[in-house]
Amino acid sequence: MIRIYSIISLILIGMIFIYVADEMPAFGSPDNQINNRVYDRYTERSFEETGVTNIVTAILAGYRGYDTLGETTVIFTAGMSLMLLFSRWKNG
Amino acid sequence: MANGEITSIVIRTVSRIIIPFIQLFGLYTIIHGEASPGGGFQGGVILGTSIILLTIVFGLEEAKRRIPRGLILVFMSLGLLIYSGIGLLDMLFGGKYLEYTRLPLPLPAHEISALSILCVEIGIGITVMSVIILLFFYSVRDEDAHGINA
Repeated sequence: MIRIYSIISLILIGMIFIYVADEMPAFGSPDNQINNRVYDRYTERSFEETGVTNIVTAILAGYRGYDTLGETTVIFTAGMSLMLLFSRWKNG
Repeated sequence: MANGEITSIVIRTVSRIIIPFIQLFGLYTIIHGEASPGGGFQGGVILGTSIILLTIVFGLEEAKRRIPRGLILVFMSLGLLIYSGIGLLDMLFGGKYLEYTRLPLPLPAHEISALSILCVEIGIGITVMSVIILLFFYSVRDEDAHGINA
């Protein structure tokens, strides 16, 4: 019974993927989403927009601030759960 | 000498000399991350590494005596608080969350942004440093201990 359910769900998910794949941009097309030239803005205007000369830091903490906040939260959560798991401190 | 402690005088002396320089380099990596390669994550790991060296050479007991558990907990939360607090401060002064240029400081907009990014990097560094230290303290094996985790 589980096998039938899994086959049905696989077929459904596969149908969704095939349906979505039809909407994908053409391979190597210059109008693709990744070719929207956002790096031109980073290289040319990152200093006047964020005041940081290092473009990597400008992107990390300026343009992608939410992402970095999430990364820091992930590290914080890892430390916190470690503390909860091994809460014995005195002997190790 | 307690267990888990290196007794060689060469290693102990060299570590004693080199640990402040490792910490200085970590601080440099965090603070100079705006202008050169580096940043909060890298600098935090370097700062944590100095404590790892201290633990290896001088033993777990000594390291835990110097860095209490409560301090790690406070630092771990403080770093995240600095980061999210800057975002909330920007909202308080009418900007979007983490829109750095809205803080009412007597500086040009891009310098306020650079200052906020520096504070954000410091926050990241504090959190990463504390988590690295915590991770090492919990995973190191203490010969003295009697327990499953040891």
